Amino acid sequence: MGKTPVTLTLNKAERAGFTDPGENLLNFLRRGLGDLSPKYGCGQGTCGACTVLIDGEPQLSCLVLAETVSGKTVNTTGGLADGAQLHALQTAFMDGFAAQCGYCTPGMLMAAKALLDRNPRPSRDEIAEAISGNLCRCTGYAPIIDAILAATGQQVQG
Amino acid sequence: MIEFRKDLFADERDDTLNEVGKPTRRQDILGHVTGRSPYFDDHLFDGLLHMRAVRSPHHHARIRRIDTAEAERMPGVVRVLTGKDVPQNLNTLLSLLDFGIDDEPLLSTDKVAYRGEPVACVIAATELQARDAVAKVRVDYEELPAVFDVEEALKPGAPTVNPVYPKNAFVYHGRYDHQKLRFGDVDAALAQADHVVEGRYQMSPIEQAPMETCGAIAAPEQNDRYVCYTSTQALFFSLGTAAKMLKMGSNRLHFIGGTVGGGFGGKVDSLHEPMAILGASLTGRPCKFAWDREEEMQVGAPRGAERWYLTDGVMNDGRIVARKFTGYFDSGAYTRLSSYAIIKGVGHLPGPYTIPNVHADVYCVFTNRTPATAMRGFGITGVDFAIEAHMDKVAEVVGMNPIDLRILNAYRDGDMKAHRRLAKNTALIECCQVAAQKAGWSIAPSSQAAASMKDGGGARAALPAHTVTDQKGLVEGFDSGSYAKKAGASAPPSPSSAQPNRPTPTPTPGQAAPAPAQARPAPQTAASSPDQPRNKPNRFSSLSGFRRR
Repeated sequence: MGKTPVTLTLNKAERAGFTDPGENLLNFLRRGLGDLSPKYGCGQGTCGACTVLIDGEPQLSCLVLAETVSGKTVNTTGGLADGAQLHALQTAFMDGFAAQCGYCTPGMLMAAKALLDRNPRPSRDEIAEAISGNLCRCTGYAPIIDAILAATGQQVQG
Repeated sequence: MIEFRKDLFADERDDTLNEVGKPTRRQDILGHVTGRSPYFDDHLFDGLLHMRAVRSPHHHARIRRIDTAEAERMPGVVRVLTGKDVPQNLNTLLSLLDFGIDDEPLLSTDKVAYRGEPVACVIAATELQARDAVAKVRVDYEELPAVFDVEEALKPGAPTVNPVYPKNAFVYHGRYDHQKLRFGDVDAALAQADHVVEGRYQMSPIEQAPMETCGAIAAPEQNDRYVCYTSTQALFFSLGTAAKMLKMGSNRLHFIGGTVGGGFGGKVDSLHEPMAILGASLTGRPCKFAWDREEEMQVGAPRGAERWYLTDGVMNDGRIVARKFTGYFDSGAYTRLSSYAIIKGVGHLPGPYTIPNVHADVYCVFTNRTPATAMRGFGITGVDFAIEAHMDKVAEVVGMNPIDLRILNAYRDGDMKAHRRLAKNTALIECCQVAAQKAGWSIAPSSQAAASMKDGGGARAALPAHTVTDQKGLVEGFDSGSYAKKAGASAPPSPSSAQPNRPTPTPTPGQAAPAPAQARPAPQTAASSPDQPRNKPNRFSSLSGFRRR
């Protein structure tokens, strides 16, 4: 079984690598390209820890075959900051205590970014819906929703 | 939203705090939001090998034969491990604290006692190859009758789950098949009570379900050492366990952890570190042993199920004069931390109430279920559920507002607890008052006027005039090894040395005359006692180093 070359734009950089047949994007990003920000939580598409953006859409990288992203644009939490300048979502998560163990955070941030990219002023319900595929076992969801609201400049109700 | 109640215990606190009450950033949060926090699996190694366990499909079975020949010929397979490859293939987690007897193999050789128990481990170049080879390991099992219910397991003739404990009960202090608490004379008090209220309460096992599954990566380092990146919650526990099971000096083990993707107690069992290091030492290559999600949920040790029987003696005015417990912890097939959970739990009985006669028999029972382990407040949460559900039942029987019932019976500073320590830093009354107020639930004027610092101590600080003791459950001829012998059988070493725990009460000398069980003076009418001096800096401090589990 031969390896397949994959060329993609990962976090604004042209990247290329070889993938084994059947390898998922999560493994390819982590072990093939060294972007360790997407996390393995279940490998079954149920937890959302591996969420990345493919051409702007949130996708579960554990369920995507790596070879299918050739020519596409992939964004991960590893590239969310602009150099040393953190994204508003990152700052809001830091200030709002929206992470405890941090393992779900990269996936949460990607799901939230996908939402804000298409809807800059979402309601609380829309935020809850957008992160409904991302599980968190530590902090609970309220601080995460509050942080996403805060990142949009909206008032967080106490 | 956090609300700081400065009206409560105001004289015990100064307001010069620098951090409490002010927003702050976690020290590790920059790594979390940038995806750079280094979890164990975020360390890349060239030539990493993957380990997958061969697991028992049976709840209870004798292993006749394990044939790894075909698996060893599978593509990518480097080695297949079985129990004979483990230098010290029997361990109990708390043996590092000299508590309990080694009872659990890393890879089972003779029999399996729960479904999912590992019997072999494949090391292969890729995870997929390891999985394929796992399917080719042939294990010849002879199924044995299994037992899943704690009370069934204790009956004569029940199948023996764990040969170290033939009667399916952990042996406490080398002497008893259960942990005892004796305080006063419960039976006499029950006979004199206006009402006797009984209840049975059953918990389910609860999986910690961390987002990151448990795992470890080990690799040969320089100088004949091994580095081990691990998800463990208990780095030195895992290091000590690996050193013991691999018969390797701990100075040859370089453990790196601390970044844990959620633990909640489920990452203390130290199963992955010895296996990964064993793999690395036998192959000379980096090895990763990690659970997938299915293993995390099915094999990962949960909070154990508990069954509690409670009997309360209560007077018409709501005073609880006696409380009797029989508890069964489902430890699953091996001890892990359940024995300790019970020590902790029994030290906590009868809950945050001042009850003059308390009796408990609590069993750590082995069944053919997944072994149980730590989870957030384990040993306490289950029985607290039983106690509080029972309090509501008692309130109903005596026709009392359940919050008034709790405040009436709540312990106050200076009261004697059943484990023979004076209660201090109590705050249940104030918690009840605030909860009632927040819920718009009206409580009696006497409850409004009550306070944790008032009316405690005095007669309520006295030990019972007579405590009934017994030898029920005495185990003869049990070789407990060293752990129960150190300080004499009646003063066992506790995992946490500061744990308020005097589990085996001794009869009070010179007070052999049985005294009638009597209710303590009701707090509202108690003679005013001088305020006990309180140790201000310690008010909310933890006595237990295990608190975070």
